[in-house]
Amino acid sequence: MQTEKKITEIAGDEHDNQTSSTFVIEGEGHTLGNILKNIISNYADVQFCGYTLPHPVENKIHFRIQSTGKTKAIEILKRGLEDIKFICDTVLETPM
Amino acid sequence: MAKIGDKKPKVILEEFKIKENSEDYGFADEQFNREDFKRNFKLKVIKKSNLDIEFDLIGITPAIANAFRRIMLSEVPSMAIEKVYIYNNTSIIPDEVLAHRFGLIPLKADPRLFEYKLDEKDEEGNELDTLEFKLEIKCTWKNKDVKDSRNFDAMYKNHNIYSEHIKWVPRGKQGTLYNEANIGPCDDKILISKMRPGHEFNIKLLAVKGIGKDHAKFSPVSLATYRLLPEITLLKEIRGKDAQLLQKCFSPGVIEIDKSGIAYVKNARYDNCSRNVYRYPELSKNVEISRVRNHFIFNIESLGAYKPEEIFILAVKTLKNKCDVLLEELNFENK
Repeated sequence: MQTEKKITEIAGDEHDNQTSSTFVIEGEGHTLGNILKNIISNYADVQFCGYTLPHPVENKIHFRIQSTGKTKAIEILKRGLEDIKFICDTVLETPM
Repeated sequence: MAKIGDKKPKVILEEFKIKENSEDYGFADEQFNREDFKRNFKLKVIKKSNLDIEFDLIGITPAIANAFRRIMLSEVPSMAIEKVYIYNNTSIIPDEVLAHRFGLIPLKADPRLFEYKLDEKDEEGNELDTLEFKLEIKCTWKNKDVKDSRNFDAMYKNHNIYSEHIKWVPRGKQGTLYNEANIGPCDDKILISKMRPGHEFNIKLLAVKGIGKDHAKFSPVSLATYRLLPEITLLKEIRGKDAQLLQKCFSPGVIEIDKSGIAYVKNARYDNCSRNVYRYPELSKNVEISRVRNHFIFNIESLGAYKPEEIFILAVKTLKNKCDVLLEELNFENK
């Protein structure tokens, strides 16, 4: 499992300096897709963010990020994942 | 987000729709900010028992709540019977139906003590990833001379086969590591089959660790839901007959009437948010029904393998782990 790549990128966005990308995330669905999209789409430097589950039996999502032009899409994706980690840490730190 | 001066972001429920507010963008205009999140986030446990928990998550968005809920249902592991070897089954339940019934019996075994069985070809598994059970039972006559033909207990022996009849067969060191009381079915009285004299089971069962995504039998919860906190505001004093009518419009315990006959909101938390009050226009114009948009009430019922709060904590850890795996790969590629 570990040797297989989880994230790949769809070709077609080579002209704009990596500020727009569509990532294919293997093994993930609405669970991660929706929370990631909701966090990323409200960033100030994001023009568009959306995801789709291309086929219900294929366990992968297409995750599209278009930045306003200054940031690389991959950096925004990383920031989104870091923010979800931060949310999880905050929840875990709170005593139950 | 909500009206200026209004601290709690509310969704106001009108008769047929949600109140439209041109200044309210819901969560769509809220940028995620770590400091704000940390300051606003609250977790309150309301009720806790052996198998159930009710707690509030305040200051999160529906996306976060839903991710937690989905992970609890389908990605927190548990043990379930996966392989059924039927050596003899003369009961009236067909083999394949019986095998499915075994799969759905929840087991007490703590999944954290076991590993995933990765080798598909190895049917038997080993002591680290597989639990073995057996069910050897036969229904026989106890007394043929019972006058009341409906008194099965007096006539037959073992005519009801329950989950308590499933016996654990420890493998290797399992017998010394685990206690039988913490391994078998969660409930003793799950009916597997009814039998008559001559019917017999001779069955070997193998349980493995899995996740709900693969099959619902691996889901550790019987219920994992969230809802928004209801809030009811009385805009005017309501008294007398109107107060009694108002009380009937809501769930029991929500509206109470004081000594002088004036209605007040006692506890809106357990209101089912029906809009019955709108049947009485005179009454409803003085009542505002709303839900707090960032206050999520979670209800979790464990099947018995975990404590209910552990399921939630594991779900949060699973989500964090997902991000870690992806980040590791992204950071590795960029170097």
